[in-house]
Amino acid sequence: MDQGIHIEGLSKRYGAGDTAVDALKEVNMSIAPGEVVGLVGPSGSGKTTLLKCLGAVIEPTRGRMTLGGEVIYDSAQGGWKTKDLRALRRDRIGFIFQAPYLIPFLDVTDNVALLPMLAGRANGVSRARALELLQALDVAHRAKAQPSELSGGEQQRVSIARALANQPPVILADEPTAPLDSQRALAVMRILNQMASQYQTAIIVVTHDEKIIPIFKRIYHIRDGRTVEEAGEGRDIS
Amino acid sequence: MISLAGRDILHSWGKFVLTGIGLGLLIGATLTMAGVYRGMVDDAQVLLTNSGADIWVVQKDTQGPYAEASNIRDDVYRSVLGLPGVAQAANVTYLTMQVLHGARESRSMVVGFEPGQPGEPTYLVAGRRLLRGHYEAIADVKAGFRLGERIRIRRHDYEVVGLTQRTVSSGGDPMVFIPLKDAQEAQFLKDNDAIITDRARTAANPALNRPGVPGLLDAVNAAQTVNRSVNAVLVKVGAGSTAETVAQEIRRWKHLQAYTRVQMEEILVAKLIATSAKQIGMFLAILTVVSAAIVAFIIYTMTLGKIREIAVLKLIGTRNSSIAGMILQQALGLGLIGFVVGKISATLWAPAFPKYVLLESGDALRAFIVVMLVCTLASTLAIRAALKVDPAEAIGG
Repeated sequence: MDQGIHIEGLSKRYGAGDTAVDALKEVNMSIAPGEVVGLVGPSGSGKTTLLKCLGAVIEPTRGRMTLGGEVIYDSAQGGWKTKDLRALRRDRIGFIFQAPYLIPFLDVTDNVALLPMLAGRANGVSRARALELLQALDVAHRAKAQPSELSGGEQQRVSIARALANQPPVILADEPTAPLDSQRALAVMRILNQMASQYQTAIIVVTHDEKIIPIFKRIYHIRDGRTVEEAGEGRDIS
Repeated sequence: MISLAGRDILHSWGKFVLTGIGLGLLIGATLTMAGVYRGMVDDAQVLLTNSGADIWVVQKDTQGPYAEASNIRDDVYRSVLGLPGVAQAANVTYLTMQVLHGARESRSMVVGFEPGQPGEPTYLVAGRRLLRGHYEAIADVKAGFRLGERIRIRRHDYEVVGLTQRTVSSGGDPMVFIPLKDAQEAQFLKDNDAIITDRARTAANPALNRPGVPGLLDAVNAAQTVNRSVNAVLVKVGAGSTAETVAQEIRRWKHLQAYTRVQMEEILVAKLIATSAKQIGMFLAILTVVSAAIVAFIIYTMTLGKIREIAVLKLIGTRNSSIAGMILQQALGLGLIGFVVGKISATLWAPAFPKYVLLESGDALRAFIVVMLVCTLASTLAIRAALKVDPAEAIGG
C-alpha cells in the first residue's frame, strides 16, 4: 500500500522522568486512498494526541509516518522530513473539526478558496475549485453567504469542502458528527464516504458517536495509547 | 490573496467604525490641544503685528508691556523721536479689565493709542476709525459688542464706532481701542473720593501747605491728579536703519529698555506662554499614551475574540506574517478612521472655543504619523498573543 497513510510504531511521550506520560505506544495504522476508517476510544485514550501527530501539529517521540507514498516523519532519520510543517498541513492534510470553525469574516466561497490561495494559486483558480467542491457537496447555492447565515449541516459541508480544497491525500476528521442528530450525522458520513471515493482521499474519523460507528468498514480502537484494528459492520448508508 | 484584515473590518464594520469614532474623538481632543498651543503662539504674533511697531520701549529692567507692568513718562516718545533711524514713535497703554456692556461684562484688553500712529488697529471689518478725541471705541468682534453700542470703561461710556478682527492680547482677550488720553485716565486716574481724600491729606501736611508759599498746595494737588504715564512707546524704524541698531541707541542713551520684534516674540512665546505650553505638552503626552492604550486594548480584545479562528488559520497553513499583517492592518485601519474622525471633529469644534484654536496642516500630518506609529506599537501586544496561539488549539482535546 504505497498511497494513503501509514503509521508504524508511533509513540508520543509527554514530560520526562517520573512524571512522563506515554500518550501513544507503538501505534500502527494503515489507511488506503478512498478509505474511511474510524478511530474510536474513550476520553484520554490518546485519540487527540494521535490526531495532532498525524496533523503535524505536535512531534511524535518515535515512529514513522508515510503520507501519499512519501515519508513525512521518521524518528530514526531525524524526525520531520520537512521544516515547513505549515506547508505540509496546508497541502497534504485536510482538517474537519467537531464544530465547523469557518472563518466568520469570509463568505462560503472564500472560506474554501482560502486554502488554494494560501498555497499560491490564483484567486480565480482557487474560487473555481471552491465552487466545484461546493457543487459536489450541494451547497453551491450558498456560495456568497456568510457562515453565520448557514445551518449547522451546511456549515459542516462547507468545512468538508475546505478540507478537500487542496486535494490532500488524507483528511483528519475530529468528531465531525458530535453536535449533530442521527439524521444529520448520517448525512455527514455519507458525504465523507462519497468524497473519499470521489477524490481518493484517506479519511480518519475520530469519534465516540455510537450512531456512526456501524458505518465504518474498519475501526481502530485506541485505549491507553495503543491501537487495535478490527473490522466494522460497514453498514451501507448510500 | 484575500485581504483578511479588510474582510474582517467589513464583517464587523459597525463595531469597528464605532470604535474608530471613539478613538477619533480622543484624537480630536489631542489635535485641539495642539491647536490651542498654536493659537496662543499665533495670538502673540498677531498682537505684535497689529501693534505695527519695530521696537517696544518700556520701563528699564522690565519685560513690559505684555509680560510685565511697565510705566514710563508720556514725553519719552519725543526724545525717542529725536534719535537717528526712528521714523515714528507713539505712546500706548494696555490695561486688561472687565468692560461693562449693559448688564454683561467682557474681559478685554483696553488699548490707548494715538490715531495715525503705531498701535492703531490697521484693519476694520466694520464701522470707522476714531474721529473724536474722546469716548469712542473700536472693539474686536470677539468682545461681542456691536456698532453703535455703548460700553463702560471705568467712569465713562464709550460708543463702539468700529470693529476689528483677530486683535487679541497674548492671553486671548479681545482688544478695545480708545483714545490715549481716555486710556491714561482709565488706567491711572483715581476715583473722585480718593482724590478728595488725597487733597485733604496733602492740605493737612504742613510741609506741602505752607502759608508763606502760595501756589505750592495747588501745584502738588495738580501733580496728583494729572497723569503723565504710559506703558510703552512703540517705535517704527525708518528706511536704512535696523531695529537692533536703534534699540541699542535707546538702551544706551535713554536709560530705557527697548525690545525688537524678535526679542518681544521671545518674551511672549518662550516666557509668557512657556508654562501653558508645558501644560499642553503634558496633556498631549497623556492623550497620546491614553490613545495608545485604547488602541492596544481594542486590538488585543478583538484578537482574543478570534483566537479559535487564528488557530484554524494557522492549522490550515496561514503564515504567521499574514496573521500579524491582518492585526497590524486592522490597527492601522482603526488609526486611520480615528484620525479622519479626529480631524473633522477638531475642525468642527475649534471655532466654538473661547480662545483661538489654530489647526495647522503640519500638525495634522505629524499627528497622522504619530497615530500610525502608536497603532503599530499598540498592535504588537495583539500580534504577540496571536503568534503564541498553538494551531493545536483548533483540534479538540
